Amino acid sequence: MLEIRGLSASINDKPILKGIDLTVPPGEVHAIMGPNGSGKSTLAYVLSGREEYAVTGGSVTFNGHDLLTMAPEERAAAGVFLAFQAPIELPGVGNANFLRTALNAIRRAHGESELDAVQFLKLARAEAKRLAMPDDMLKRNVNVGFSGGEKKRNEVLQMAILRPKLAILDETDSGLDIDALKIVADGVNELRSPEFSALVITHHQRLLDHLVPTRVHVLAGGRIIRSGGPDLALELEARGYAGLVAEAA
Amino acid sequence: MTAAVQTGVDGFLARYRGLRDRLPGDRAERDAAAEAFRRAGLPGRRVEAWKYTDLRPVAAAAFAEPLPPLAADSAWLARIPQLDAPRLVFVDGRYHPELSVPPAALRFTPFAARAEFGKLAQPEREPLVALNTMLAEDGAGLHIPEGMDAGTLHLVSLATDSAGGSTAFHPRHRIRLEPGAKLTLLETSTGDGAYLHNPVTEMHVGKNAELTHVRLQDESTDAFHLATLYVQIDEGGTYDSFVLNLGGRMVRSEVHAHLTGRNGAAHLNGAQLLTGTQHADFTSVVRHDAPNCNSRQTVKNVLTGRSRGVFQGRIEVARHAQKTDGYQMNQALLLSPDAEVDTKPELEIFADDVKCSHGATVGELDAEQLFYLRSRGIPDGEARSILVRAFLAEGLQAVTQDNIRAILEDSVERWWQRQLA
Repeated sequence: MLEIRGLSASINDKPILKGIDLTVPPGEVHAIMGPNGSGKSTLAYVLSGREEYAVTGGSVTFNGHDLLTMAPEERAAAGVFLAFQAPIELPGVGNANFLRTALNAIRRAHGESELDAVQFLKLARAEAKRLAMPDDMLKRNVNVGFSGGEKKRNEVLQMAILRPKLAILDETDSGLDIDALKIVADGVNELRSPEFSALVITHHQRLLDHLVPTRVHVLAGGRIIRSGGPDLALELEARGYAGLVAEAA
Repeated sequence: MTAAVQTGVDGFLARYRGLRDRLPGDRAERDAAAEAFRRAGLPGRRVEAWKYTDLRPVAAAAFAEPLPPLAADSAWLARIPQLDAPRLVFVDGRYHPELSVPPAALRFTPFAARAEFGKLAQPEREPLVALNTMLAEDGAGLHIPEGMDAGTLHLVSLATDSAGGSTAFHPRHRIRLEPGAKLTLLETSTGDGAYLHNPVTEMHVGKNAELTHVRLQDESTDAFHLATLYVQIDEGGTYDSFVLNLGGRMVRSEVHAHLTGRNGAAHLNGAQLLTGTQHADFTSVVRHDAPNCNSRQTVKNVLTGRSRGVFQGRIEVARHAQKTDGYQMNQALLLSPDAEVDTKPELEIFADDVKCSHGATVGELDAEQLFYLRSRGIPDGEARSILVRAFLAEGLQAVTQDNIRAILEDSVERWWQRQLA
């Protein structure tokens, strides 16, 4: 269970988040929607531990852990996964090696045995196949020369292999065609279980057709101004954010 | 056995006086070199070419004469990378037949047996080349006949620290590829103790010939490794080189590449990993003297501790060398606040239709890349290590022979493990 209480954060002394309250119970998928610059990506980064953001108030607990005191790698070991809006390229780092290093680091943190290259490749190939990713994406350098869609799928592949308890998807749907969108949504749906929850940041209803959220929250000006069921996303699609933001003001 | 201890320019000159009548080869050339060396001395930072690499520590060090090479000791072979190829082994600068496996197909002549100085080296302009010309005793002479693919050859320099004091040796290598010939040369330098390894290499890549030259410099961290290389590349010829600097107390890899015919190519790539108070310098002069040639140079530096990396790259384009394509890049990762890199690129272009560019980057690890790795559960130290190795791996991609690249990767990995330990 993720519990965010009164979370405020700034970057370069500029306040971005201004008191976020949000609870995501296990087994639920919550969508966060909102206009550009409302703080959606900042929320994702703060939850995953990006050091450039200063937390100025509030608390975040995740399955009993005080998330804000943990290093990014400790959060990952506790089950937090951020699918980046703009996945980072790592020239000189092979994708398969990267994934195996990450998986083994997390397994080590859990006191589990590490996978050798053969065991890992078997697992990775099966997951890649399920995501309709060509085998050679495992051999290439991480995200180098990948198309926008391939990068997003590579994020979902990492998620499928690392099996997080909380996935934060930061506009993973942007730049995807409809087929890729389905693949991504299926990748998340595949992980859905009573122990898994997800925070899905998106601009569009489109993804939520395939990845049906339990709750939808509207973030504007660093605060959650409205929450509702899946229908809220449809309402936003029809009316836009402007009306809602005006109502909340 | 006691060896004569000598210091500074006077010491080297005294040694030449003592050896003069016993050294092989043209005495007039040696005398001229001795005179040039006497005039130039071992320059310090007031001399522009030596502004960043000051030779005064070499002048201050005491060097004994190397003793005659040890009897064959195959334990030394375990110190060098295993390459399935013929090898020429030089111990304390002298050819060692028992440790060597000379190539069957091509002509190899030790310098000691037939001492001929080539026309490319310029002792009157380079003090270390003058020192070498004055005192060179041995080296590898190789001749690859027209059209022959000579495969791969391993040239090894071992310093044994057996003289009971610092030794100085000045090997003189000459390699000539006739038109259409091919050779891949791996050069490994390693050793124990304090010594001066001052090789001069003259290479001639004939028309449409291809020379791949990879150097693994893994000298003792008390050693001076000051290597000067001259290469002439004729029409359509390719000189494709890579230098990996890991060892040495003070290191200079100086290359003078001369493109003399159309469509020639000179690739002078490299990487250096330095720690402690190590100092290593890449200096190159590429002269484009014909149209349609290309030169490429990417050097990567990983600097820790109080180490210092130097890059001086000069591209000269003659008036008639139209359509020249020249590229230079020096990249440095500074992993400690006390490490330093100095970069001095120079372009001297007299032709009007050329494409020449140079650049340099100096920095720490990329914060976004580091966060990406850590967000996947990889601990900070391991994430940093991955990024450093990736930075180098990218550089090593320039080595296209898989077996030789694997040797370099292995050396880098062992270096890195030593830093982590």
